[in-house]
Amino acid sequence: MAKGSVQIVVERCKACGFCVEFCPTHVLALSSAFNAKGYHTPYMVHPEKCSGCDLCGMYCPDFAIFGFKAPETEAKKAPSKPEPKQSAQPGPPASAGFAVAGAEKEEQDAR
Amino acid sequence: MADASVVIPQNPVEQFLRMDRIPHIWCPGCGIGTSVNSFARALVDAKIDTKHLAIVSGIGCSGRVAGYTKFDSFHTTHGRAIPFATGLKLANPKMNVVVYSGDGDLFAIGGNHLIHAARRNVDIKVICVNNLIYAMTGGQTAPTTPGAVMTSTNPYGTFDPAFNLPYLVEAAGAVYVARWTAFHVRQLARSMEEMFAKKGFSFIEVLSPCPTLYQRRNKMGDGLDTMKFYKQNSKVRNGAPTSEVGLSKSGEIVVGKFVDRERNDYGVLMHDRLVEALGDDYVETEACSCQ
Amino acid sequence: MHADAAGVLTGSHFLDGDHACCEGALAAGARFSSGYPITPSTEVVERFAQRVPTVGGVFIQMEDELAASITLQGAVWGGAKAFTVTSGPGFSLMMEHIGYAAMTETPCVFIDVQRGGPSTGLPTLPAQADMMQVRWGSHGDYAVIALCPNSPQECFDLTITAFNMAEKYRCPVFVMLDEVVGHMTEKVVIPPAEQIEIEPRRYTKLPPEEFLAYEPDADLVPDMPRVGEGYNVHVTGLTHDERGYPDMRPVVQDKLVKRLLDKITKNADKIILYEEDQIEGADVVVVSYGITSRVAQRAIDMARQKGVKVGKFRLITAWPFPEKQIAAIAKKVKALVVPELNLGQMVREVERAAAGKANVKLVPHAGGSVHKPEDILNAILEVTRG
Repeated sequence: MAKGSVQIVVERCKACGFCVEFCPTHVLALSSAFNAKGYHTPYMVHPEKCSGCDLCGMYCPDFAIFGFKAPETEAKKAPSKPEPKQSAQPGPPASAGFAVAGAEKEEQDAR
Repeated sequence: MADASVVIPQNPVEQFLRMDRIPHIWCPGCGIGTSVNSFARALVDAKIDTKHLAIVSGIGCSGRVAGYTKFDSFHTTHGRAIPFATGLKLANPKMNVVVYSGDGDLFAIGGNHLIHAARRNVDIKVICVNNLIYAMTGGQTAPTTPGAVMTSTNPYGTFDPAFNLPYLVEAAGAVYVARWTAFHVRQLARSMEEMFAKKGFSFIEVLSPCPTLYQRRNKMGDGLDTMKFYKQNSKVRNGAPTSEVGLSKSGEIVVGKFVDRERNDYGVLMHDRLVEALGDDYVETEACSCQ
Repeated sequence: MHADAAGVLTGSHFLDGDHACCEGALAAGARFSSGYPITPSTEVVERFAQRVPTVGGVFIQMEDELAASITLQGAVWGGAKAFTVTSGPGFSLMMEHIGYAAMTETPCVFIDVQRGGPSTGLPTLPAQADMMQVRWGSHGDYAVIALCPNSPQECFDLTITAFNMAEKYRCPVFVMLDEVVGHMTEKVVIPPAEQIEIEPRRYTKLPPEEFLAYEPDADLVPDMPRVGEGYNVHVTGLTHDERGYPDMRPVVQDKLVKRLLDKITKNADKIILYEEDQIEGADVVVVSYGITSRVAQRAIDMARQKGVKVGKFRLITAWPFPEKQIAAIAKKVKALVVPELNLGQMVREVERAAAGKANVKLVPHAGGSVHKPEDILNAILEVTRG
C-alpha cells in the first residue's frame, strides 16, 4: 500500500518534466497521451512507491501536480495503468486525453 | 459498505493563489512558479498571518507574481517595487511586506532603490528571481547576464561584466542574504521562512531557467536541462564570502545562506532618533492612517 | 468631517507659500511624505520633516524623485494621506508615477513649485511653464486636477482642497505654485480644526466577498479597500477590469480609460474654481492664474483708471479648465488677455474655449521674474484699441 499519492490537474500541465525527474522514488513518467494543449502529462507509473512527499508539487511551476500522504486507514489503491478519470481540481474539465487520479481518500465510516 | 464521500485534498499552494487567474503566463520549464511553491511552503511553515501580508512586484515575468497571489498585492512600475514597499511598510508597519521581482527590475532600473533600501535597512523581504535576462520583453541583456552569451541586444555575445547580486546587496547593508536555485525547492522554502523571522532588509536570489529565451538562444537545453545543470553545478556553501559567489555562464553556482546579521531596521532607527531628540514631544503612531 | 486638531496650527501666522503648503497638508490630514530636495520646493518637506514627528506621521527623504513619487503611493495604500513636492526637473522624473496614480486611482497630492526651465533652467526663479505638463505629462489618456494658489494663504487653503479632491475623485491632484508664491511671506490665517472640512477616504463599506476594487460608484469613482483586512486588493498599472485584474481587451481599455477621464470631466462643475470680477459689461477680460494674477490685478487697476472696461477672470483650478465659463465670456467681450509666465500654455485652452469668438492676446514671459504690470497694461490697451 502506497504511503502517498498525487493529484494532477492535467489541463494545467506543460510537460516541463520537473516532477518526473525529481521524484525521489521515480513514481512518475510522462504518458503518451496528451492534454488539450498537446502536452504529454505525467502519470504514476509506480504508484506503490509514492511516499506523498510532495516534492513533485514543490517543483511544479504550473501548480499542476501535488503529492499528499495517504491517511493511515484504508486508502484506495491508485491504478498503476492510466485510465480516463475526471480531475478533482477546480478548473477546466479533463480532456479527451486522460486525467490521472491520485488515491481518492474515503471517509472511513466507523461501523 | 463505507459511504464513499470522497475528500479530495487541495494543493497546498492554491490557498495562496488567485485561482480565477490560473493558468498563468509563465513558460514551460520557467522557475518562477516553482519559487512560488517554496514561498507557499514557507508561509505555511512560518505560520505567516497572510491577512497582513502584502506582495509588491515590479515589471517583468517575475513581477507577475503579484497578480497571481491572493494577498494584498501591488503590481507597480518597472524598478520601483522597493520604494513602493518602503512607503507601504512605513505607513503601515504591521503589514509584512514582500517584494517579489526579477533581476532586471530590481538591479538595473531598480538598482538605486535597492541599494538605498538595503542601506536604510528597511524591513522588507526581497525575493529576486534571477533568470539572467530580461525575459518578458523578449530576452535582452540584464546586469546579471554572464559573459559571452547571446541575447537580443547583444546579438554577438555579451561582454558586460555581470553583477554579483549577493555581494552587492551585502555591501549595501542587507541583514539576510541567500541564494538558491529553482532546483533547491526545500532549502529555498527554509530560507524564505528564516527571512520572515528577520527584521530588516532581507534578500534571497533564486536562480531560475528562462528556457524560452536565455537557455534556448544559447543552446543550453530546456528548463529541465537547466534544473539538472543547477543540481550538478551547485555547491552549498553557507557563510561563503559573497565576493566569491559570482556566477558565470557554465561555472560553479555557489548557493546557501551567506549573510545573517543583526542591525536595527529603519523603523527602529527612526523611532530611536526621534525619541532621543524630541522626548515626550514625539508622537508615535501605530500607523500613518487617515480616517 | 473636520480636520484632526493635531495637524492644525490654528492662529495668525507670517509664512511663505512653501511653509503654508506644508501646514495645509498637515491640516488636511497628511501624515506621510516622501520627498527629494529641489529648489524652490524643498522648504515644504523640510517643514514637514520637522512638524510631522510631533503630529504623528512619517517623512522620508528618498534617493530621487522616481522613488519619492511612488513611495508616497505605497503609503497611500498603506492607509495614509500622502504627498510630495518638487519643481520642474523633478516633476519630469515623476511623470511615470503620476500616470500610475491616475491608472490605479491612488489619491495623492503633488506640489510643484514651478521654476524657470527647460532642464535645470533657473532653479531659484519663477515660471509657470509646467502647466501643460501637469495635464499631459504622463503617457496615455487620463485626467488630473490642478490648483493654482496666488498667495501663501491660498497655498494653505488650496492644499487642503487638493487633498479633499484627491480623496473624492481618487486621482493625483496638483498644487501648481511658482517660486515667487512659494517664497513670498504673507499673513496666513489658520482657523480652528472644527472649521476645516476635510474629505475622508472613501473606504468601502462592503465586505471582501462583495467588493470589487474598481467598480465605480454613481459618481464614476470606485470606493477604496483597506489593506490588511482580507480584501486581497490587487492594484496594477496594467489595464484592468472591475476586479483590478489585468485584461488586455480593447473593450476593457475603452471602458476604463474613458471612465478615468469622465470622472473628472463629468464632475467638472463640482471641481472647477475661479474668481471673477467685473465681467459684466467688460470689453476686455484678463485671464490669469498664480503669481501673474497679482501683477495682472495691478495692470487691471491701471487700465480701469484709464477708463477701460476690463474684467478679471482668475483660474483657481487650471485643470479641469473652465471652458464653459471662458466660452461664455468670449461671446460677450472683444478680447481676452492672457498673461502667463511662459511662452504660451494655458492661452491655448483659452483660445480653444473662446473658439474664435474673441481675440485672444497672450502676454508671454520666458520666466525668471514676474511680468511688469505695464506689459499687461499695454496688451489690454492694445486689444481695446483695435
